[in-house]
Amino acid sequence: MSVLPVLLRKEFLQIFRNKAILMISVAMPVLQFIVLPMAVNYEFKNINLAVVDHDRSDLSRRLIDRITGSGYFRLVDHAASYAQAYALIESDEADIILQVPSGFEQRLVREGMEEVFVAVNAINGMKAGVGSAYLTSIIAGYNRSVVEDLMPGAAPAGIAVTSSGLFNPERNYKISLLPSILAIMITIVGGMLSALNIVKEKETGTIEQINVTPIRKRDFILAKSIPFWILANVVFTIGLLVIYLFYGVVPQGSLLLLYGFVGVYLLAVMGFGLLVSTYCTSQQQAMFVNFFFIMIFIFMGGLFTSLNSMPVWAQYVARFNPLTHVNEVMQLVTLKESTLRDILPNLLAVAAMAVVLNVWAVLNYRKTS
Amino acid sequence: MELAIEATDLSKWYGKEKTLAVDHVSLAVKPGELFGLIGPDGAGKTSIFRMLTTLLLPNTGTARVNGFDVVKDYVEIRDRVGYMPGRFSLYQDLTVEENLSFFATVFNTTIEENHHLIKDIYVQLEPFKKRYAGKLSGGMKQKLALCCALIHRPEVLFLDEPTTGVDPVSRKDFWEMLARLKEHGITILVATPYMDEATRCDRIALIQEGRILQVDTPAAITAAYPDRLFQVKGGSMSATLRALNKLDGIIRCYGSGEFAHVAVPATATDMEQRIKDHLLAQGLTDVVVRPAIPTIEDVFIKFTQEKKA
Repeated sequence: MSVLPVLLRKEFLQIFRNKAILMISVAMPVLQFIVLPMAVNYEFKNINLAVVDHDRSDLSRRLIDRITGSGYFRLVDHAASYAQAYALIESDEADIILQVPSGFEQRLVREGMEEVFVAVNAINGMKAGVGSAYLTSIIAGYNRSVVEDLMPGAAPAGIAVTSSGLFNPERNYKISLLPSILAIMITIVGGMLSALNIVKEKETGTIEQINVTPIRKRDFILAKSIPFWILANVVFTIGLLVIYLFYGVVPQGSLLLLYGFVGVYLLAVMGFGLLVSTYCTSQQQAMFVNFFFIMIFIFMGGLFTSLNSMPVWAQYVARFNPLTHVNEVMQLVTLKESTLRDILPNLLAVAAMAVVLNVWAVLNYRKTS
Repeated sequence: MELAIEATDLSKWYGKEKTLAVDHVSLAVKPGELFGLIGPDGAGKTSIFRMLTTLLLPNTGTARVNGFDVVKDYVEIRDRVGYMPGRFSLYQDLTVEENLSFFATVFNTTIEENHHLIKDIYVQLEPFKKRYAGKLSGGMKQKLALCCALIHRPEVLFLDEPTTGVDPVSRKDFWEMLARLKEHGITILVATPYMDEATRCDRIALIQEGRILQVDTPAAITAAYPDRLFQVKGGSMSATLRALNKLDGIIRCYGSGEFAHVAVPATATDMEQRIKDHLLAQGLTDVVVRPAIPTIEDVFIKFTQEKKA
């Protein structure tokens, strides 16, 4: 008779008695999906703008109105001089200075061109980049309208661009973020909790008592893994439900494909957890080691920085990061109707990781006991 | 007759410095014997236990438990032995009953099947059977651990410091339980740092710094004590020992409970009177000097001091 059912029963008893695990499994998906996408926003609004208008003409006022009317900028002050505006940047009241030289209107009408000066506080690099890009595109739009006004009939040359956001028509950052959060969550439940659980047996010495029984290592490891595999799937399901209820996002691709991939992915993550647990002797160690790697997985998994904009070496490293693959698949299958053929490279990569990590972990487990 | 435990030349060292924890130990325990490993903390008792219970591989030597080799036949041994580690290592978040039935089922048996083995102990635990193991008192934890180690009716029982941190009454209970277990024919190897528990064993091995000093029955070991021993009292212990140290012709003196123990050569005569006179001459009052029967502790101190010399 196999002892696996006995061991599984014991694990489930312990898991259901551990309030913290239950809280994490149920509260985490709910809270994270409601709170995080609201807080994380890649769009910048309310960029504080200080204007130094030396011209005070009709055209310069039209430019400023156009900028403040865009909704992205908030005019904090009409400064009398650049120095005054600079002081506003120093006191952090303004993010961007727009300086319009005197004679702006005259030169623009007479010579057909003029320059304005933009200075950006680049402490927050992202905000600076996005802010000046917005400003530049607004000024470009203003340019065209001025040309039309001054020289009616002269059709402006150039290319007009219209764009459409595929698979996420409103280009809602929240929606592309949701699958990524889901990926992080099942990684934590699958990898971290299972590792902590095994190390706990080491820490409390119960593993000694287990080791003098006829329980085989295979059964012990399976009994430790299966409950967390199931738990991670439960968390995944709760996550999908929350995404549907709060954001109306329904996976476009096949649910079966999604669960199938997650099932394999969890094997890889749990192999990682198992490996960590064989090297650690206390839960504290396991926690820190896991935390360290999960941070790297998250930052190098294309969740925050798109893979394509990473340096080439980092792109290669990211291929060995399981979170990269699950993140891609989650986005592809939930937002785009991708099929097995599309995600096959990811599936194979994750399956290979699962094999390598688990074999390594089991070999190391033998050696250390 | 085959030995229950047979260790030959067993050694274990740890780390890069190869610190020797067990130093070429040989042991022979007969079936049904209650055998004690007596030694201070760090003597290597736990390492010997872990090698005999297949948890640790020896660096040199071999050991057999009920005829099975601890390295090659570890699977058979794990079926046949019960081990109670020095540290409480049951599931604290499972109840008394759940722990017991878990370990029973793991060995493919049930609580009912071997109830007769544990019933004396289990009656005391029964009122708490729905309580989490982590919430039990120290003595109750030890009893539960013993039950869990016994529930599959092991042929050999390994108890590593089972009474450490347990109150004197529970300790006494515990040893009475072990005496009853012997009647079921179970071989018991028990480690303890308490010298007074040694007399409860059939035979003992005195162990220090990984080496076995002596193996025999407790009575034979104390009988072989070569020196004559007196117990002495007079004023404070420190004053007594200070005064005794000035006296010629004694081998060693040390505090033991409320008395100081003084060992003198067996051939010396009239030492009782000489000690008394000396202490009175040193200005001590209420001096008591009388012959004492050596205990295991006295034997141990003899070994320790001989090693230092």
